[in-house]
Amino acid sequence: MFTNFPLLSLIIWLPIMGGIAVLINGDNNPWARPLSLLISALTLLLSIGLYTGFDSSSFQMQFVEQAPWIATFNINYHLGIDGFSMPLIILTAFSTVIVVIAGWQVIEHRVSQYMAAFLIMSGLMIAVFAALDAILFYVFFEAMLIPLFLVIGIWGGPNRVYATIKFFLYTLFGSVFLLLALLYLHHVAGSFEILDFHKVALSMEEQIWLFLAFLIAFAVKVPMWPVHTWLPDAHVEAPTGGSVILAAITLKIGGYGLIRFALPITPDASLALDWLVIGLSLTAVVYIGFVALVQTDMKKLIAYSSIAHMGFVTLGLFIVFRIFANSATGSGAVLAIEGAMVQMISHGFIAAAMFLCVGILYDRMHTREISAYGGVANTMPVFAGFAVFFAMANAGLPGTSGFVGEFMVILAAFQANFWFAFLAATTLILGAAYSLWMIKRVIFGEVANDNVAKLEDINRREFWMLASLAVIVLAIGLWPAPLTEVMHASVEHLLTQVSQSKI
Amino acid sequence: MFEVTNMAFALPEMFMLGMACAILLVVAFLGKKAAGPAYFLSQLTLAVTMVLIYQSMHKASGLTFDGTYIKDTFGDILKLAICALNIVVLLYSTSYLKARDLYKGEYYILAIFSTLGMMIMVSAYHFLTLYLGLELMSLCLYSMVAMHRDSVVATEAAMKYFILGAIASGMLLYGMSIIYGVTGSLDLSIIANSIQTGGLDTTVLSFGLVFLIIGIGFKLGAVPFHMWLPDVYHGAPTAVTLFIATAPKLAAFAMAIRLLVDGLGDAQQYWQGMVIMLSVLSMIIGNIVAIAQTNLKRMLAYSTISHIGFILLGILSGSQAGYASAMFYALVYSLMSLGGFGMIILMSRNGFEADNIDDFKGLSSRNPWFALMMLLLMFSMAGIPPLVGFYAKLTVIKAVVDINLISVAVVAVLMSVIGAFYYLRIIKVMYFDKPIHHEKLHAPVDMRIMFSVNALTVFALGIFPGSLLALCMSVFP
Repeated sequence: MFTNFPLLSLIIWLPIMGGIAVLINGDNNPWARPLSLLISALTLLLSIGLYTGFDSSSFQMQFVEQAPWIATFNINYHLGIDGFSMPLIILTAFSTVIVVIAGWQVIEHRVSQYMAAFLIMSGLMIAVFAALDAILFYVFFEAMLIPLFLVIGIWGGPNRVYATIKFFLYTLFGSVFLLLALLYLHHVAGSFEILDFHKVALSMEEQIWLFLAFLIAFAVKVPMWPVHTWLPDAHVEAPTGGSVILAAITLKIGGYGLIRFALPITPDASLALDWLVIGLSLTAVVYIGFVALVQTDMKKLIAYSSIAHMGFVTLGLFIVFRIFANSATGSGAVLAIEGAMVQMISHGFIAAAMFLCVGILYDRMHTREISAYGGVANTMPVFAGFAVFFAMANAGLPGTSGFVGEFMVILAAFQANFWFAFLAATTLILGAAYSLWMIKRVIFGEVANDNVAKLEDINRREFWMLASLAVIVLAIGLWPAPLTEVMHASVEHLLTQVSQSKI
Repeated sequence: MFEVTNMAFALPEMFMLGMACAILLVVAFLGKKAAGPAYFLSQLTLAVTMVLIYQSMHKASGLTFDGTYIKDTFGDILKLAICALNIVVLLYSTSYLKARDLYKGEYYILAIFSTLGMMIMVSAYHFLTLYLGLELMSLCLYSMVAMHRDSVVATEAAMKYFILGAIASGMLLYGMSIIYGVTGSLDLSIIANSIQTGGLDTTVLSFGLVFLIIGIGFKLGAVPFHMWLPDVYHGAPTAVTLFIATAPKLAAFAMAIRLLVDGLGDAQQYWQGMVIMLSVLSMIIGNIVAIAQTNLKRMLAYSTISHIGFILLGILSGSQAGYASAMFYALVYSLMSLGGFGMIILMSRNGFEADNIDDFKGLSSRNPWFALMMLLLMFSMAGIPPLVGFYAKLTVIKAVVDINLISVAVVAVLMSVIGAFYYLRIIKVMYFDKPIHHEKLHAPVDMRIMFSVNALTVFALGIFPGSLLALCMSVFP
């Protein structure tokens, strides 16, 4: 019935246009907040339509829209989603609603600019996930940096300028190589369609260079060790909303890019260089896990834990080659990719929730130092409940979504190599250690000082924000099937793509 | 080989020449009160010339004046752009000139004559015509830089500009004479023919090419012939800097295309290496030195050098698509440069130059709208989508990737990351820093509107770059 209805375009342009409208309305406009909430909620509602209208038995692109854009170079406005992009789009729309609510009272100056930045960013990020034309993808991929740059720079902490410029240049540095790779692929394939790139034959040497370009671009976004250093800085200085979007969505664009570009376009190079990615991922899981343990700043701790969790995503994506080598059936490979995807979605919710919790404390105490807290549970019991729950989820407690993805990847890793699984499984200990130790120091114990004693528990706005996230984290943890089912066909298709040599 | 001279091909230029003489007379008679009428007449001249060019655009192309002058779509588009840019430049500069006692008829006479020179350069198809146009343009520019007589920096800049410009012209002439020696002609079409036929002394030909390229490099401001550019941009009154930084770059670009592509296109193997050197050095030196600047005019001067490096990328590719992308880049660059220097004028007040980066501190809280416009311009210059500067970089880099010069493309993208830093610094200063003073903007309304249109065009072309790109592509089939 709705086959010709441009739902994707609507989901992309509604928040962008809405954001511009909010921006034009000017600061100190009392309507900025409700209007932004309305737009983001509407976007979320529309994005649910993507889920209900999605045909999960097919790996083909759905909700496809195509129109010529830059006819001279045959660049098209070509949109479409499959099982990989659809959940990420819904995650983006949901996170934007949360961010708008989170900034409701906290942001006091330049409210409409703040809201507009997040609305525009939401549209741009959805477009990144939906773009099927390489240049269209790149345009949105880069354009996304502008609002985030401003958000961190204007509403950030004391060292925000350094952090935001580092963030911008770091990611720009990565992505220019992506641009070169895309231009080279166009040179070979004669088209900018990503799906045509998937089919083009490439020699091993070409694939290696292209793969390295993709890896630099997306590893910076993920971020993988050792190009992760921008993330803790950006997170610490960003306002809560910025941290939520950074952790929940922009990191996912790195993982998504590897799925959409690196694996299907350069399967042979991915196979040849899988040791590199696996090595970096395991380093992220283990070493960054230890780094997280010693942090004294709560936001930094969560930022490092994000890097460790994203290590699971890249690990899951690249152990498939080892699994293929070990077993003919390759059933473990499906588990690995789906595990990586579930981990991305789940981390989107959990990291967002963790940053919101820190934000709630920061709004009251104006410090993120763990040592400034202690015994928060005495004055903020409801908040403490949520914080403990999300920390458990972050540590991968069974029953929460954090467990599902990690467990799937670890199970799959056993089919690849015992030691991969062993090292990956250390996260269950390390994750528990840094998450719960932080909770112990912040939430439990005696009331540490007068400031903590004066804390007020979360209000209704904060409660519903955290509660909605908690429900989703539990839901995915207890019943992940609706999530894995929609991506199943796409995962199978990706695996056939990566198992076929393109040389 | 005898043809009837088709005057219609040069009608816009002849009209402009007539009007320039008329303005000269008006200024001579009115003396000190001439500025207003001269301004009005100049704008009228430029506008009518645009109409004339536009009308002749769809008519047949061809050579005239015994093959020394050409009318083609390439020339028409560039001439339209030159006139349009100069209309905006004159509009921007009015308030600046008035505030500094420079609002005189002479400024407009020089501007119109210089525009005429640019148009002749664009359409020249003969070494002599080309040189004629170049000198007409340059001599006017030298005097414009020196117009602020009492300013020491301006006088110094003018001297530097004049001496280095004269050397460059000498080099160009020397190159032309060597090529004349090899091919036996000054006519670009005959030169092209004889190179195509072959049998020339290629050593002498490349020797001549060296000097031609030095001349072109000087006029464009490519490293290592860029030394004049920062000093002149910095020293000249901002209104004049604005003038020099926009349309003359298009004219110099046209000169490069006429000489290297129309005339010596088949000798591409000999000049490609030299242009690669110029391009890579310009991108590297321009971007890196720009980081150290505290003066916005100097910073934009170095950024110009780096943009020139990118334009040369398109030319060195030697493909039709490459030339078209270089043309696209040149047009886009002039539009961005117009906005960038326009902003400095917009910010300046009576007796106060807003050309230090610190003057932009906290602009977003003082004047959010113009801060946003400047933000668009800066992101565009940095080549961040969805602004048009991105597509300009995209197309020239695509041109070099298509001829498999990946290493040059890698330098280009790395330098664009370095370049992003100093543009970001302007945005940082405007958006993240606290204002140091709270003066209101003094710019007149017409300038404010024009500047907003300027910046919004950069944005709109970024969303829909297709038609401008198609236009450039259609010139190089």
